[in-house]
Amino acid sequence: MTRTLGETDAVAPQPGVSRFLSLPGSTRIGILPAIAAIVLLVILAVTICAPLLAPHDPLALSPTNRLKPPSADFPLGTDAFGRDLLSRILYGGQVSLFIGLGTAVVSVAAGLIIGLVAGFFRLADAIIMRVMDAFMAIPAVLLAVALVAVHGASVVSVIIAITFSEIPRVVRLVRSVVLSAREEPYVEAAISLGTRMPTILWRHLMPNTLAPLIVQATYICASAILIEAILSFLGLGIGTETPSWGNIMADGRTYFLVKPSLIFWPGLLLSLCVLSINILGDTARDRLDPRMRKREG
Amino acid sequence: MLAYIIKRTLAVIPVMAIVALIVFLILRLTPGDPAAIIAGDSATPEQIASMREAMGLNEPIYLQFLHWIGQLLQGDLGTSLLSGTSVNALIASRIWPTLYIALLTIVMSVLIAVPLGTIAAWRHGRLSDHIVMIISVAGFSVPAFVVGYIFIKIFAADLRWLPVQGYKDPALGFGEFLRHAILPALTLTTAYVALTARMTRASLLNVLGEDYIRTAHAKGVSEPRVLLQHGLRNAAVPILTVVGTGFAMLLSGVVVVESVFNIPGIGRLTIDAVMARDYPVIQGMILLTSGIYVLVNLAIDLAYTLFDPRIRY
Repeated sequence: MTRTLGETDAVAPQPGVSRFLSLPGSTRIGILPAIAAIVLLVILAVTICAPLLAPHDPLALSPTNRLKPPSADFPLGTDAFGRDLLSRILYGGQVSLFIGLGTAVVSVAAGLIIGLVAGFFRLADAIIMRVMDAFMAIPAVLLAVALVAVHGASVVSVIIAITFSEIPRVVRLVRSVVLSAREEPYVEAAISLGTRMPTILWRHLMPNTLAPLIVQATYICASAILIEAILSFLGLGIGTETPSWGNIMADGRTYFLVKPSLIFWPGLLLSLCVLSINILGDTARDRLDPRMRKREG
Repeated sequence: MLAYIIKRTLAVIPVMAIVALIVFLILRLTPGDPAAIIAGDSATPEQIASMREAMGLNEPIYLQFLHWIGQLLQGDLGTSLLSGTSVNALIASRIWPTLYIALLTIVMSVLIAVPLGTIAAWRHGRLSDHIVMIISVAGFSVPAFVVGYIFIKIFAADLRWLPVQGYKDPALGFGEFLRHAILPALTLTTAYVALTARMTRASLLNVLGEDYIRTAHAKGVSEPRVLLQHGLRNAAVPILTVVGTGFAMLLSGVVVVESVFNIPGIGRLTIDAVMARDYPVIQGMILLTSGIYVLVNLAIDLAYTLFDPRIRY
């Protein structure tokens, strides 16, 4: 057995928190994942309905209403340009969640294809995995910072920048599933029947990767929302004419000691959202991993 | 085993070579002319042309890469476009605050996380286990800068126990250093504790399922002794692994935390370089952090082979 670089940090399966207050082995969903699902659905609903719910235009400047405390007109107060904080947070959620979901979809799709190829073709495997090792070695935030600094920040470029650091994990996951699945008799049978290679990859090997990929996608989504916030916070994210939770907080930096709510509210919503996604990811992983069920049950 | 050690050590070379290639391409695959970007908007065509010449952009791209790699192999990360000093010197002068805070973070995290994870594994499935697990998921769900600002608000602005921002070198007095470094380190600790506590719990749970633990219980060994001497000792390797690989995560966190607390470390250096489009510094920082990550991984893998008699290659 040889271990290649970086394999030591592959996340070992760990029992998550899904069974919180639920009977071991029962199919009933624990209270915590249920709360997480409700929180996430509520956040999704209010951000999607932002145009209906927001009391003001998130971009409307109002110099006379700078840094106002919460009032009936401005439920969470206003920012340094007199813009309504609540409206900005609602609209900002759309952008942050879109970046989270977009990164998850793009990373999983790209990683799935690369991983299938790496798992099935020995020659490609060696090259692909070395490149993935290299991408793993570069800290995610630094890679995203460098890419966005060079190529400029837009919703699409931020998604692509974060995708680069998320792909290696997907590739490794898909590759390891394919490596064990390709030894199965049904794959041998398909090969001996002369099934075309793309068909074997897609029809026989790909379905094995779906369950772990769903889990991985939730973690990528959570991580992408956080990295977007960090990029914006560092002043490298999307411009404030497109509010995101990250750049609302970045705007609030200067006035933090005067008006902490400019960072607190978007920060709270973002954290609740990421926490819920992580809890749901843990729950899905525990349910899908039979080893976990045995140990826990 | 010697063959494995050599093979594993040599495996570092292709990975670092590809990292170097990626870092090189990030800059060279810009849509525009790198020389024009670096020279700025107000540069005359002559200035851009001389910049192209100085950067070696008139050579074919593979020659540029080989030239740059040759420089790197001599340990030269290049020259900062902004200050004109060498990137090596810049990093050397800014790395200490970062290292001290990273070290403080690791010490605090291990002191908090290992007991937490041990309790969670020991009380597996009970309320204290669930509470530790929820705290640890929450730990890496909150952005570091939000944690940092909350700490500043509570401990510096409201209670006035600690300074809001800034940094003091430990050489000028350890007490003052600690007063300035404790909040940044605590901020980084939240995510690091979460990671380490989860791993401690998971690897301890694995070990506690082993036969020798049952044997120890059957012999009448006391519970704390089983847990610490038989359990934690054997679970130590994965815990050390996560502490080591988490170091890379720490280097990302440092960029954010140094920005929040205004600390003159390499994190701030990176962000200042990004703002000024000082590409050699950005490249140098990415190479440095990736190199640290790769070497930490190498050290961990070698430690496995040397210290775990069950692993034989």
